[in-house]
Amino acid sequence: MRPVVILDNISVRYRTPESKVGTFKEYAIQFLKRQVRIREFNALSSVNLKINEGEIVGVIGRNGAGKSTLLKVVSRVLIPTEGRVRLHGWVSPLLELGAGFHPELTGRENIFLNGTLLGHKRREVEEWLDQIIEFAELGAFIDAPLRTYSSGMIARLGFSIATTWKPDILILDEILSVGDENFREKCESRIKSFQKEGATTLLVSHSVESIKAMCSRAIWLDRGVVKADGAVKNILDLYRQSQHEHHS
Amino acid sequence: MKSQLNEAIIWPLMTEISSIQNTEFTYDSQQRKSPAMEELLDSIRYRDLIYQLIRRDIIARYKRSALGVFWTMLQPLGMMVVMAVVFSTLFRHVEGYVVYVLSGLVAWTFFAQATSAAIFQIVWGGVLIRRIYIPMTTFSISSIGTGIINLALSLIPLLIISLVVGRPFTWAILFLPISAMLLTAFALGVSLILSTMAIYFPDIKEMYQIIILAWMYLTPIVYPTDILPETYRFWFLHLNPMYYMISIFRSPIYDGVLPPADILIPGTLIALATLLAGWIYFANKADEFAYKI
Repeated sequence: MRPVVILDNISVRYRTPESKVGTFKEYAIQFLKRQVRIREFNALSSVNLKINEGEIVGVIGRNGAGKSTLLKVVSRVLIPTEGRVRLHGWVSPLLELGAGFHPELTGRENIFLNGTLLGHKRREVEEWLDQIIEFAELGAFIDAPLRTYSSGMIARLGFSIATTWKPDILILDEILSVGDENFREKCESRIKSFQKEGATTLLVSHSVESIKAMCSRAIWLDRGVVKADGAVKNILDLYRQSQHEHHS
Repeated sequence: MKSQLNEAIIWPLMTEISSIQNTEFTYDSQQRKSPAMEELLDSIRYRDLIYQLIRRDIIARYKRSALGVFWTMLQPLGMMVVMAVVFSTLFRHVEGYVVYVLSGLVAWTFFAQATSAAIFQIVWGGVLIRRIYIPMTTFSISSIGTGIINLALSLIPLLIISLVVGRPFTWAILFLPISAMLLTAFALGVSLILSTMAIYFPDIKEMYQIIILAWMYLTPIVYPTDILPETYRFWFLHLNPMYYMISIFRSPIYDGVLPPADILIPGTLIALATLLAGWIYFANKADEFAYKI
């Protein structure tokens, strides 16, 4: 098994001013008074993680446990404050569907914009254009401005672009809930086919059920620390137990 | 099918993976080049995105207007009429005043619009860079690129007016692309510095609108330099970097000559130094952006 994601001792530290400093003037005044007090907050502390090729890993934990931060580190959005990230292959986070679209451009024009935002070449987008349009089921609307689309249509187009190229490492933040039942099934089957073809998947969800259904391995994050890591069943049991204790 | 697909998407840096043990990583947060260099290579790799962003800005701007791109040419024309009416009686002694004011105004408008757009773009792009990796300089570069296209279009009416008014039309006009390049370098440098600051202090956006207006009237665009009192004229002009940029741009159009060396040499140095400083400053702060936005 070849490791495709290795995190060594990752810490992500946010430094926020204690009182909200929004303007330059406020900052200048507080700076002069030496009152800029900085609050440090570790979103992740010393996280070690190794994910092998083809693994489907679910990340669970309460709100603010650092789940999204972990995904951001793996998708290269956040450079960790400390530690080392090594990745092997092309990472594709499923972009929050429709982010980066422009309402005045047509669906077709938006495909090019969004495709290049994801790091593809124009030529590659051209090559896959027909498949993207077909999968999104937009028909003649593809040449109408995006502002005339329904939210379901926008989500379909976004998903279609994001998943046309098979990533080596797939990042999913919450399970997708786009469009109608039919389209959702199409999405799920596409994600599953990526996994069959060997894409490593890192998935975050609040839903214990969906992690149980999809993943073989689970990681439990608690206040920025990996509390447990192992076979999905064991970890979920531990997690459930702690939640019961927490509630009672 | 699968291998074909893989070939199409493979990360350009990715080298042949033959041995399983000796894994070469495509990304290693500890083996990075200098930030400025890395940003440069990445912005080249994302050149298709820069092209798409420019295209988007141009299309989005004109799509819903009947005259479309013609507005880029009509705007300076309208501006010229206004300026000519307002100021020409005041500066009657300036020969070919319309061309004087317009050549300065076209260059200034490019600078003001491109730098303001860059600040706006970084805020827009901020939404995206919280989710996917994009080299952030692409947003500043594309703003400048859109500006260049608008600049090129507004040169058409300017050159026509220049001919009609009877300004000397010489080979010096071929120097104009170099003037534009220097102006572009300066504008990109300023944009990068401003957008970095805008990440930390969002008010920069509003503040800059006031600064740019004041700066415009501190630069000889609508008025000739000889109205400035002789005692402090030299320092007033030569401490303003935009004075060099405007003069370098104006000489070939208005005077029909190449910019004089005492303007061109410091102007070139200022433009390149600003670009270099802006690029390095931006690239070194870029890692922190995702923490701030």
